[in-house]
Amino acid sequence: MSLSIAHASLVIEGRAILADVGFALAPGKLNALIGPNGAGKSTLLRVILGLEPAARAHVTFAGEDFHALPRRTRAQMAALVEQSNSTDQPIDVHDVVMLGRLPHQGVWSADTQDADETIVARALERVGMSKFAHRRFSTLSGGEQQRVHIARALAQQPKLILLDEPTNHLDIAAQIAVMNILRSLAEEGLTILVTMHDLNLTAAWFDHIVALDRGRVVAEGEPAAVIDSGFLADVYGVAATIIANPTSGRPMIAYGPQ
Amino acid sequence: MVAAPLGLSALTPAALRRLRMRAWLLGLSALLVASIIVAVTIGPADIGAGDVWAVIGHKLGLLSRSPVSILHEGIVWELRLPRVLAAAAVGAGLAICGATMQALTRNPLADPYLLGLSSGASVGAVAMMLVGATVLLPVGAFLGALAAMAMTLGLARSLGAITASRAILAGLAVSALASALTSFLIFWTATGDSYREILSWLMGSLAGSRWSDATLALVAFAVVGVPLMASSRILDGFVFGDTAARALGIDVAKTRWLMLGATALLTGVLVAISGAIGFVGLILPHAVRLVAGGRHQHLLPLAALAGAIFMVWTDTAARTLFDPRELPVGIVTAMIGAPAFFLILLHNRRAT
Repeated sequence: MSLSIAHASLVIEGRAILADVGFALAPGKLNALIGPNGAGKSTLLRVILGLEPAARAHVTFAGEDFHALPRRTRAQMAALVEQSNSTDQPIDVHDVVMLGRLPHQGVWSADTQDADETIVARALERVGMSKFAHRRFSTLSGGEQQRVHIARALAQQPKLILLDEPTNHLDIAAQIAVMNILRSLAEEGLTILVTMHDLNLTAAWFDHIVALDRGRVVAEGEPAAVIDSGFLADVYGVAATIIANPTSGRPMIAYGPQ
Repeated sequence: MVAAPLGLSALTPAALRRLRMRAWLLGLSALLVASIIVAVTIGPADIGAGDVWAVIGHKLGLLSRSPVSILHEGIVWELRLPRVLAAAAVGAGLAICGATMQALTRNPLADPYLLGLSSGASVGAVAMMLVGATVLLPVGAFLGALAAMAMTLGLARSLGAITASRAILAGLAVSALASALTSFLIFWTATGDSYREILSWLMGSLAGSRWSDATLALVAFAVVGVPLMASSRILDGFVFGDTAARALGIDVAKTRWLMLGATALLTGVLVAISGAIGFVGLILPHAVRLVAGGRHQHLLPLAALAGAIFMVWTDTAARTLFDPRELPVGIVTAMIGAPAFFLILLHNRRAT
């Protein structure tokens, strides 16, 4: 189902965090949202989901005015994976994933149903974390916690998943593990938008890129169309050469000390 | 296909956990009933557990004739049983309030006493008492608790993001002011033993609890505590913070104010009965978390049971240790609770 965002704006204390942002995303593709620190990427994810009360935006998902839907319906359709979100609470991995069933169950339901258990087990299997189901969440590594959060998002059975820098702070193997999961979700027809900092990782894996700078969309398209030396100089203020990745032919950023 | 053997090994981990949870609920419930009966037998008058059952049976109309003397029946039914039941309801209610506040404020140190609610409730209750509106004692206490909570959270927020230590510091300030006000109001108007009166409001005491007190505490627990327990799953949604809770479809602001308001109401009514008893809301949820994990649907009912058992025994200790003199029960809970507070502080170094 396609997602379109139009006229997304957010002003906080006189400063425009987002200024008339608009773009459309197709399902089945990996979409990245890139931009320098403070460009408004994380904020935009929250605005899309209707979690920023002060923002103005028109968001259409699956042909419906998304923000006009009740909040629980929205949580059944769309899931958010925040950036490295941990907790000190003694909560098990299984229970973290079960949080994804909250929008479907309502708070007054007595206990979890067998159907929910099946969905949670499948979500954990999907991200390769079944063996960790009864471990304390806080004892996992960053990459493992990130995969559990993705499983929690999957337990919401959403049609749209937004992820905020899911590969941040992960080693290269964990990055690839997360990217593989996201790619397979896209291939199943989910609509996916991921904020990314690592441009080489972005260029290697994503189908479509939206670049944000100071709250505005400054470039949009497939990696080769967005990531070039002019873009890096304008948006990041960095001098770099773009070469072709020898294995995939995708753009690769080469740079040295400046 | 071979049929699975009928044993624990055939159960899924989720089913096994449900079973374990039921065992805990059942075990603690049985322990609570036993504690109540045994606690009633303890005291200067020599009364056995059989006598307690006989009096209860007689009063409920199950036994036509009581084998217990009228004097002992009076001690059991008019003095000890209402006091023990009031203690159980107060302990259960405070434990639920603490667990709920800890979840909603993501603050492992949150508790009605440490955040100033109990002291605020004392001011409200004492003010009602002084104007002669004793019927409105719980209402005054509720308003006092609500005002104290608003002040604590407002003060903590004005310092920046509400961290555990900011909330505690703000609670300390509010609590100090409220305690001074309570003491002043009593001292200013007192005719009799104002020091004892002040102490019983500030430290908490269940001395002189009657059926009216026990009934009020039990009704408050049923009307506020039970719905809090029933909706406790929503508290799980706050584990990863407000944005994560919102993304799960929770109306964060409404839920937070509704549930914190409920804890202020319950705290207020309980303080109107017992004064400001400290640490019960802090330590019992933490103790239960160690065995039952962090799911609130399990945590709240078990913390309520544990809180009830804890209060029954601390109050029994308070009235018997230095017999015929009585300790305010808050002294006993603080002696146990304050060292436990140290441990919780150490355990949550990162969160504070």
